[in-house]
Amino acid sequence: MAPLLSVRDLKTYFRTPDGVVHAVDGVSFDLAAGERLGIVGESGCGKSVTALSLMRLIPQPPGRIVGGEVTFDGMDLLALDEEEVRSVRGNKIAMIFQDPMTSLNPVLTIRRQLSEGLELHKGMSRSQARRHSIELLRMVGIPSPESRVDDYPHQFSGGMRQRVMIAMALSCDPQVLLADEPTTALDVTIQAQILDLVKRLCVERRTAVILITHDLGVLAGMTDRLAVMYAGRIVETAPTAELYENPKHPYTIALMKSVPRLDEERREKLFVIDGLPPDLIDPPKGCRFAPRCFAVIDKCWEEMPELMRVTEGHNAACWVDVSKGRS
Amino acid sequence: MPIGDEILLDVKDLKMYFPIKSGMVFQRKVGDVKAVDGISFTVKKGETLGLVGESGCGKSTTGRAILQLYRPTAGQVLFEGENLGDLRGNKLRKVRRKMQMIFQDPYASLNPRQSLGSIIGEPLVIHGLAKGKDKQERVQELLRIVGLNPYFVNRYPHEFSGGQRQRIGIARALAVQPSFIICDEPISALDVSIRAQILNLLEDLQEQFDLTYLFIAHDLSVVRHISDRVAVMYLGRIAELADRKALYENPLHPYTKALLSAVPIPDPTVEAKRERIILTGDVPSPVKPPAGCNFHTRCPMAIPQCSQFVPPLVDKGGRHHVACIRV
Ligand SMILES: Nc1ncnc2c1ncn2[C@@H]1O[C@H](COP(=O)(O)OP(=O)(O)OP(=O)(O)O)[C@@H](O)[C@H]1O
Ligand SMILES: Nc1ncnc2c1ncn2[C@@H]1O[C@H](COP(=O)(O)OP(=O)(O)OP(=O)(O)O)[C@@H](O)[C@H]1O
Ligand SMILES: [Mg+2]
Ligand SMILES: [Mg+2]
Repeated sequence: MAPLLSVRDLKTYFRTPDGVVHAVDGVSFDLAAGERLGIVGESGCGKSVTALSLMRLIPQPPGRIVGGEVTFDGMDLLALDEEEVRSVRGNKIAMIFQDPMTSLNPVLTIRRQLSEGLELHKGMSRSQARRHSIELLRMVGIPSPESRVDDYPHQFSGGMRQRVMIAMALSCDPQVLLADEPTTALDVTIQAQILDLVKRLCVERRTAVILITHDLGVLAGMTDRLAVMYAGRIVETAPTAELYENPKHPYTIALMKSVPRLDEERREKLFVIDGLPPDLIDPPKGCRFAPRCFAVIDKCWEEMPELMRVTEGHNAACWVDVSKGRS
Repeated sequence: MPIGDEILLDVKDLKMYFPIKSGMVFQRKVGDVKAVDGISFTVKKGETLGLVGESGCGKSTTGRAILQLYRPTAGQVLFEGENLGDLRGNKLRKVRRKMQMIFQDPYASLNPRQSLGSIIGEPLVIHGLAKGKDKQERVQELLRIVGLNPYFVNRYPHEFSGGQRQRIGIARALAVQPSFIICDEPISALDVSIRAQILNLLEDLQEQFDLTYLFIAHDLSVVRHISDRVAVMYLGRIAELADRKALYENPLHPYTKALLSAVPIPDPTVEAKRERIILTGDVPSPVKPPAGCNFHTRCPMAIPQCSQFVPPLVDKGGRHHVACIRV
């Protein structure tokens, strides 16, 4: 079966006064209907730019999708004109962001904002859209939605705004939900509420999810498969359980060992990844992780590794097989 | 340094209220933000006390009130047996030298127009500890201690990454040879791969300079890693205070239980089996906190008596303190 969403060799660059930033530099992955994919990686590695590219929301200039293919449900997303994009965005592919205030308009009521998509994409009348908006608020657990629907965003708490965003994103029953750090700004108890909600609704509706975060804990319970990004590229991908049990790329291994766990009494000092991620204006010629890698060999400086098969469904972009101690 | 029995810091029934004023011309006090509402704890020489809780529960305010950056509304702060509330002017400054703070935001807490030499050297001058060539040498030594190149003295903060800036902040705090440091979310603003570097540095420095830490954070996994004892705050009060192992392996307060259960663990097998206690609703406002136990509005174990009086923090044996009538 063909995947619902297929990304091949996506490249998105930004022109800046200092040079061209290779923000996303050859990213490929597939997403099946109903699948939950996690993208993890540290700040600046290109997670948001990947998501924004799929939504065709890259500000141009300075940004531009310079290469690659994105196929969604048989359509070439990168070839659509602005009007065609609008019929997909918010309708078939929806997005929730880290900061609800970037997608909620502060001067419009919650009802206006929820109704807009329903009227535009689903052809509902105003009164139908209002009733449906109330249902959506109820679905995401806003108490007394009949009276809250006419409120403005600032009258809601951070957690409630995030719920409204989820309601808005799911209002048109999208096939794909892109969630970019949806809980990073929230407290853990509120994070647990929101993640629980996203998971339950998406399982019920068989919505495919791309969940972006730097939190390996969040991804463990939320995803079927993971892609680890480093400096604009995916360096490892595997089913979630396999990736945590059997990480192959030295970056993935180091990342997992560098975070303390809630359920473990400390035994030793944390593992440290020395140095900083590379400058994406002039990335190293070989493997981008080489300068910080504990397993680096000569070849790593010369040639950039592509994703290579480890086992079925598990690929890593590394010249060294760390488990065999070859280094 | 082993943790002795000597109490370095003794906080007694500390309260910090911020007045809320209203009126355009004649400002009237209309209420209080009860940011810290009667907390007591001690910190022993050489130990790390973790202070955790959700956003707005009063962690930073506690830190600032201890340092007398705010004059507390009520209660006492004893440092090496001296009541800081009784001290003024020179005497207060002398004690304060031994107490330093490291801040969450390494961008906002450094003056962009000062070179590293003057940022780190300033406290030496203020406290009359070194000047001229001595000062220069001391600054270079401090840079080395925190893992920065001593040649950086003439550079400016904007030339450094977040992790490096946090090191600069640490060097500044160390300059005056404090014995006690309040670390207020020192790694929250940093990238995942940089956090371990800073946590390990703080641990090394503690050992090297016999430091005592109050470590403020909302990340419970990090607090488990670094603390000897942990205090859990909710809405301006301490809900539970215990040795690290007891708090994480045998939490007693319903809030602590919910908080711990909400933290995701980077292990899909563990996550699949976990039972989450999902708290409903948001944290109430500190302007009108609920009567009695301020957690009762969200507590799954609440009974009518809980709203009638404030539960005292009592020792349930083995220095495991809990403020709950249900345990
Ligand atoms: N409008 C822009 N102009 C120039 N560079 C940009 C722009 N937007 C993003 N970039 C660059 O693209 C790279 C990838 O950014 P992106 O926002 O995708 O990172 P991220 O992985 O989402 O990080 P974070 O975890 O901090 O959200 C970064 O180096 C960033 O500086
Ligand atoms: N100077 C001030 N004036 C008025 N209210 C204040 C002031 N400082 C803090 N508050 C309020 O006191 C409460 C506690 O704030 P505090 O900054 O101590 O919380 P915190 O636990 O450090 O939160 P965070 O995790 O978000 O840093 C909050 O409701 C806050 O809005
Ligand atoms: Mg991002
Ligand atoms: Mg704070």
